[in-house]
Amino acid sequence: MISFTLNGKKVDFKGDPNMPLLWYVRDEQKLTGSKFGCGVAMCGACTMHLNGTPIRACSTPISVVKDGQVTTIEGLQSKAAAAVQKAWQKLDVVQCGYCQSGQIMSATALLEQNPKPNDQEINQAMQGNLCRCATYHRVRQAIHSAATHLAKEV
Amino acid sequence: MNFSFLYDAVKDDKQNKQNNLLDRRTFVKVSTIAGVGMTVGVMPRITDASASLEHGFGHFIRVANDNTVTVIIKHLDKGQGVTTGLTAIVAEELDADWQQMRWEFAPHDPTRYNNLHWGPYQGTGGSSSIANSWMQLRQAGAAAKYLFIQAAAQKWNVDASEITINKGLVSHASGKTGNFSEFIELAAAIAPPQEPTLKKPSQFRLLGTDQIPRIDSPEKTTGAANYTLDVDLPGIKSAVMVHPPVFGGKVKSVDAKAAMRIDGVRKIFSTARGVAIVADSYWLANQARSALKVRWDNSKAETRSSEKLWQDFKSLAKKDAPALRDDGNAEATLKLASQTVELDFEFPYLAHASMEPLNCVAKVNDKRCDIWTASQTPGIDEAVASKLTGLAAENIFIHTQLAGGSFGRRAVPDADFVSDAILIAKELPNIPIKLQWSREDDMKGGRYRPMSYHKMKAAINSNGDIIAWHHRIVSQSLLRGTPFEGLIKGPIDAAITEGAASLPYTIPNFRVDGHEAQVGVPVLWWRSVGHTHNAYATEVFFDELAHKLDKDPIELRLRLLKGQNRYSNVLKLAKEKSNWGSTLPDNKAQGVALHKSFNTYVAQVADVTLNADKSFTVDKVTCTVDCGFAVTPDIVKAQMEGGIAQGLGAILNEKITLKDGKVEQNNFYDYFPLRINQMPDIEVHIVNSDEAPTGVGEPGLPPIGPAVANALRKFRNKPIDELPIGNKV
Repeated sequence: MISFTLNGKKVDFKGDPNMPLLWYVRDEQKLTGSKFGCGVAMCGACTMHLNGTPIRACSTPISVVKDGQVTTIEGLQSKAAAAVQKAWQKLDVVQCGYCQSGQIMSATALLEQNPKPNDQEINQAMQGNLCRCATYHRVRQAIHSAATHLAKEV
Repeated sequence: MNFSFLYDAVKDDKQNKQNNLLDRRTFVKVSTIAGVGMTVGVMPRITDASASLEHGFGHFIRVANDNTVTVIIKHLDKGQGVTTGLTAIVAEELDADWQQMRWEFAPHDPTRYNNLHWGPYQGTGGSSSIANSWMQLRQAGAAAKYLFIQAAAQKWNVDASEITINKGLVSHASGKTGNFSEFIELAAAIAPPQEPTLKKPSQFRLLGTDQIPRIDSPEKTTGAANYTLDVDLPGIKSAVMVHPPVFGGKVKSVDAKAAMRIDGVRKIFSTARGVAIVADSYWLANQARSALKVRWDNSKAETRSSEKLWQDFKSLAKKDAPALRDDGNAEATLKLASQTVELDFEFPYLAHASMEPLNCVAKVNDKRCDIWTASQTPGIDEAVASKLTGLAAENIFIHTQLAGGSFGRRAVPDADFVSDAILIAKELPNIPIKLQWSREDDMKGGRYRPMSYHKMKAAINSNGDIIAWHHRIVSQSLLRGTPFEGLIKGPIDAAITEGAASLPYTIPNFRVDGHEAQVGVPVLWWRSVGHTHNAYATEVFFDELAHKLDKDPIELRLRLLKGQNRYSNVLKLAKEKSNWGSTLPDNKAQGVALHKSFNTYVAQVADVTLNADKSFTVDKVTCTVDCGFAVTPDIVKAQMEGGIAQGLGAILNEKITLKDGKVEQNNFYDYFPLRINQMPDIEVHIVNSDEAPTGVGEPGLPPIGPAVANALRKFRNKPIDELPIGNKV
């Protein structure tokens, strides 16, 4: 049995330890905010946090998260997350929206680790998140905006 | 069924005619729904058996007892923001409060929800959603407003002229106020106006302003938005379809023994489109796929490689071709000219590669077929479902979901991914089947932007004039070989030459002709269709002529844009906003391109930097757009940004290639859409206009390729004639 914490709640998994975390979260926990985009960790639509670090859940065997803290878009609670979501809404970053849970997960992890990233650091952190609608211009603006907002809060 | 609507080339006249038609055919009706509220539309009653297409403009507005106003969205939202735009149009004319506005997708019912640019068909494409709905939804909103004013006048026993509505609040001069929900019953009993009074643009409070937040931002930033991937139904099973490895292949034999031994794998069987695997989950279905052994019959398949296709395209280009435009005598002028310029271009197949790999949920029994998917052309899906199940069209029910991108891919003449789902679901009656393509299925599944070969030749004279222009294009038809082949009116499919034949520059001898190449690789409209390749070829070639004539490329364009004010205006604005012509260091350059598509005019200037290792960076794009009246300016800007970045990705690194008929790309490790580190700064300027709104989903894309290539020309001794460019010049 594999036990871990999912959005603050302890869960026990008894199936195939090789099953990617994404499918357990989506199919069994019915948390569908994290999306399937490529299955090989190349697009970031499935991004979750494992102990605060972004991971690609489509390619993370569930055995890897044993005893860990997994957070999905549905479980985001930090100040950084709230600032990111607010900035995303204020700037209307989304278009089709399919990749945006992943974008927001990566952006939140970035701001939790680096409260004032420059463009280069944003590029570095967000490069793994594809957006075919190509909302990158606003993704960048929204991260700066969230950082500014967080700096004011402190 | 008419598919010409997805092209630009055949649409312009029709649009104007239909906008006029709408005025004459408007027919406003109201009905009450017990316990729910009231619906208003430019339409017959929903229960009216005599409802016919003649009066059918659909139910569009539902006012509920909780005082919410729901706009029924007849188009697919695949990111372009049409749920916001259409809702805003109604909110404006109704003078509703934005906070009370809701939206929902319409069912498939072309008698009420047809695209007015497409005639009697419902659907989304050709950047037509706002443009065709504009008058229709304004009238619906204005009619609803009239009804509430009349209802309040009755209730309060005052003159209707003394009643106003502001942000959803109905008010009388005496101080009496009320919400829409208080007047529903009275309003529904009043005869609706047949010619509701519309606002003047100067009276707009919402439209044309930045006060319209995207209505889907909250759900799309919290993970709450639902797509086909997220459809969940009792007893649902997952399915994958293993397609042939080459286009035109068929299943010869299947060895499913090992695959069936996997716990949770329910059924494996052959279909006309491949081998179906049904399992308890997508993960299990994919495991079964790995264990499956299939032998294919590829005897009728396309097995050429890309190199051979290029040879064949080039051979074809040498043959005489039928013209789609032929002014003066281009061929004779070119023969006699003292100075000619020639350039050939090669553009590859491109994948749509939407973030949500194609998918569809279907449930079939002997009475009905339910389909949950995101489709730009639900009428095709209905027809295909009817054929595959033997059920009458009225027993096919399409439940539209948000699309995780599409760019044209979810409008398919043979409804490929919907067919997959139905072929599987009909073998398992009453069980909802979620058919999910993997990224690899999606990448290798065809329906690409066609590859194209362009041969261009022009004559210039000693006065610095372009006296002849000949553009020959070899590409694949989008409609030939489909059930809609009969709709090709000219000698070749107009999508091949769109944007080339309509070149706006005054050139006395001008010819555009082309050939349809016969290739077994299925192709499709890809964001901006023929404009994707023709804007690049024409605008890069034009710059080459300016280069040879030693003219400023913007000045030369302006000189040849005679009486083309909308083109000239966007170009002049781009010149001004981009600081065109300022002195630049040796490693920096600017390039310009201008193109109209889907009745929207766009100019772009790209600023690039050459790095020491010959790699380059696109630093900034200045974009100017004339799309008539900009209904939701911030979404117009977003669509320009997205079109620019998607087009930039395509010219830098995207290509689909074939080896012995097999697609060589698999996933995002060998097919490369733009990522954030390549994203330039973008500045969008919208031309002020009171012209009727035109589309913005596609027109931002065509100019970016040539603008960047024209900038990079400074660092090369010849133009970039082959795409993608790659990372270095």
